[in-house]
Amino acid sequence: MATDSTPAERDLAWSRLMRAAQAGERAAYERLLREVTPLIRSVVRRHSNNRADIEEIVQDTLLTLHRVRHTYDPDRPFGPWLAAIASRRSIDALRRRIRLAKFEAPEQGAYETFADAAANTDMEAVRSSEEEGELLRRLPPKQREALEALKLKQMSLVEASASSGQSVTALKVNAHRALKALRALFQERRP
Amino acid sequence: MTHTDDLIESLAANLSPVRPLRAPLLRTLMWLAIVSAGALLIILRFANLSVFMGRVEVPRVALECLGSLLTAITAIFVAFELSVPGRSMRWVWLPLPPLLLWLAASGVGCLANGLGIRAVQGESAHCFIFIAGMSIPLSIGLFWMLRRAHPIAPLPVAIFGTLGVAAASATLLQFFHPFDITVLDLGFHLAAVGFVVFLGAALRRPLLSAA
Repeated sequence: MATDSTPAERDLAWSRLMRAAQAGERAAYERLLREVTPLIRSVVRRHSNNRADIEEIVQDTLLTLHRVRHTYDPDRPFGPWLAAIASRRSIDALRRRIRLAKFEAPEQGAYETFADAAANTDMEAVRSSEEEGELLRRLPPKQREALEALKLKQMSLVEASASSGQSVTALKVNAHRALKALRALFQERRP
Repeated sequence: MTHTDDLIESLAANLSPVRPLRAPLLRTLMWLAIVSAGALLIILRFANLSVFMGRVEVPRVALECLGSLLTAITAIFVAFELSVPGRSMRWVWLPLPPLLLWLAASGVGCLANGLGIRAVQGESAHCFIFIAGMSIPLSIGLFWMLRRAHPIAPLPVAIFGTLGVAAASATLLQFFHPFDITVLDLGFHLAAVGFVVFLGAALRRPLLSAA
């Protein structure tokens, strides 16, 4: 994309790329996503100055764009459609951050797993894989999905988000809550 | 390569073609056509049309019906419009004039008819049951259509969608409401509309498959 194109020309070019992407053209879609990422980042920065959050919200926006790409009308400007998605995800992230800060303390190691099973002391009460499966089935669906993707299938947060449809932040929150719930269930089983 | 680069590659590699969503106005007309056909069948089968025609000869009653009908149409349109990212929020004002017309015409009727002796007999409560009950199948159909958009801001979509559905139910009620409106009737109508809107707003995320 020429750096000296006007905003109108740029919007028209993106609109054409998006139309091609709706038809399934992968090269056009990848080019579009790379070109719009700086714009998404600038929109997100208006709502957040936390560097860690910014990139996460950018990724969340790209995932949302992917999910709702069928709602874009190629006869309308692309910019407002994209900006609305980026703003919405930024506001949602801000609200989540406020809510989490109010009610929960994030545990940084919550979604890490130690390779040595003996280090996972909470797992001592589980004697069989059937028991593990039964405990997992007692979790709410989204928490179970997050835990399975991140722990059992060893997916990265980005891969798990693309696979499950949950945002990166939602995955972290649900995995954290799933581990808390599992610890509570394990405690019930201890004599 | 950053995580964002990885994500872009992954999204592009897994891209599949999609069928673009039809324009909000067209989707509104489709929903209205289906609901109108169903309403017509119910009216022809169960309503006493001669009584209804007699009632709407009173200008206030005609305005009340017009107000609720236009509220339904405009609110449903706003729901479809707002389900798409980037659409103007100014559309939220569209249902306001017919809503005010509906409330004003109903209010004038209440001034004329007072509390209403039927309140003692509990008939006014039937209005609540009718509006709330009729809103269920209408909402199911509407939310099924709205879900396809995976609205990124589901709350206004749910509020206007359920307002439209409740207003449509209230319009249909006019064909089965052989007596003039009283204060308690209006109270039950408003309570039913409020209840439906509240329920839709509370259940917006699972019902709308919000993105």
